[in-house]
Amino acid sequence: MLMDQKLQASSTLARPLSKSVAPIKLKARSVSVFYGESQALFGIDLDIPKNQVTSLIGPSGCGKSTFLRCFNRMNDIIDGCQVSGNIHLDELDIYDKSIDVVHLRARVGMVFQKPNPFPKSIYDNVSYGPKIHGLASDKTEMDQIVQASLERAGLWKEVKDRLSSPGTGLSGGQQQRLCIARAIAVEPEVILMDEPCSALDPIATAKIEELMDELKNNFTIAIVTHSMQQAARVSQRTAFFHLGKLIEVGDTQQVFTTPKETRTQEYITGRFG
Amino acid sequence: MTSEHIVRAFDEDLKRLDNIIAQMGGLAESQLADAIEAMVRRDSTLAERVIASDRRIDTLEQEVDDLAVKMLALRQPFAEDLRVVITALKTSGIVERIGDYAKNIAKRSVAISQTPPIGPTKTIARMGAQVQAMIKNVLDAYVARDAVKAELVRDSDSEVDLLHTSLFREILTYMMEDPRNISSCTHLLFVAKNIERIGDHATNIAENVHFLVHGNMPSEKRNKDDQSSYTIVKPGGAGE
Repeated sequence: MLMDQKLQASSTLARPLSKSVAPIKLKARSVSVFYGESQALFGIDLDIPKNQVTSLIGPSGCGKSTFLRCFNRMNDIIDGCQVSGNIHLDELDIYDKSIDVVHLRARVGMVFQKPNPFPKSIYDNVSYGPKIHGLASDKTEMDQIVQASLERAGLWKEVKDRLSSPGTGLSGGQQQRLCIARAIAVEPEVILMDEPCSALDPIATAKIEELMDELKNNFTIAIVTHSMQQAARVSQRTAFFHLGKLIEVGDTQQVFTTPKETRTQEYITGRFG
Repeated sequence: MTSEHIVRAFDEDLKRLDNIIAQMGGLAESQLADAIEAMVRRDSTLAERVIASDRRIDTLEQEVDDLAVKMLALRQPFAEDLRVVITALKTSGIVERIGDYAKNIAKRSVAISQTPPIGPTKTIARMGAQVQAMIKNVLDAYVARDAVKAELVRDSDSEVDLLHTSLFREILTYMMEDPRNISSCTHLLFVAKNIERIGDHATNIAENVHFLVHGNMPSEKRNKDDQSSYTIVKPGGAGE
């Protein structure tokens, strides 16, 4: 459906949508998503700039999570879900038939709303990805990957003496940072976060937000959040979705101080939603 | 934006901010009118009343500060709501300052009433009426979120500046004519300057209204016609 439209795709790509000067990591064009008969997304064009945090906001059911899941083809596993349009990760058309989805998901990692560590040790949670992708040749190298990932996720100091304890025994905030460590252990280029803090207390949330600010230096981050304050705090770009359509996208400061669209203004000021 | 917040108490707070600012503006306007009338009619009782009433504006400014801080902390406003709170904070400070100038005019009117009457008082009254209209119009524009009306106020300040410059020369001339005028004329100079400053403050509020409506400060530079800072009047009437 989409991938045989290379010519059309390249002409679409020539159209600059974002004024931002940062290079574009993910480029979505005319992305529509159907769940069976019902259409969840309507022709979304959006650029996700490299080494920035882009937040997707909007009321429940607006399609923001559905859109986020298009970036690593998580919608593929939902029965009756169909995606049209195209998405490029750098130059790679991620919906091309030749794409290895497992490999794609190593490049585009994901962190979910509820921390979901494997029922394994802290060490195994982090080493699992590198192991299946063959990123470490021996135990020493794997130890280094595990330590580096936990350090980058800001968790190392808290768990270094109990790496063999189960990951599920950690607190909610620690579990979420463990999931982030697990995601970054395979050296992805993009991290997708679907409401990563909605189950966490303010302190754990602040730690994740601080972490995102650091991680963006090495990764590109897209986050779905219901907290407008969080979007304002962590992201450089904000995209507002409503009823399956992208209403407005812009620099976060602009969107939260002088939104261009009435619907954006009404949503972020708490007038509907 | 006409639609209401899901949390209704938020709308009430926003309305309350507008109401206090409007109330402050009304007070500042009448304080200025009374101060000038006290000067023209040489009415010390009225002047004393103006001096005492300034506290009411100060109290309202404190109310705006408290409410704005509360709203920032508790509601974390965004977009136009944020601009409403920020603009109210800035504007209440300006209106409070206008009140101070009016109070100062009232104080000087007491001193002026103890000296022989001189001519420029009437011109000052005219300038005062004009600035008073500016305060009224800019606060109407504020409450109505009318950036066009605010812009008109901003433009009208140049007339006040011109009036001030000519008053300045006139007062200097009176001083040269008779040194006995110096005491009252010095007070009149300050009164005129106070009124001119109030005009400037009204234009600042006009700029705030522009920010409130459009989210940015007006880009065009305002014409500044107050030349009094450069004015010299030489004895013998050869002004420069």
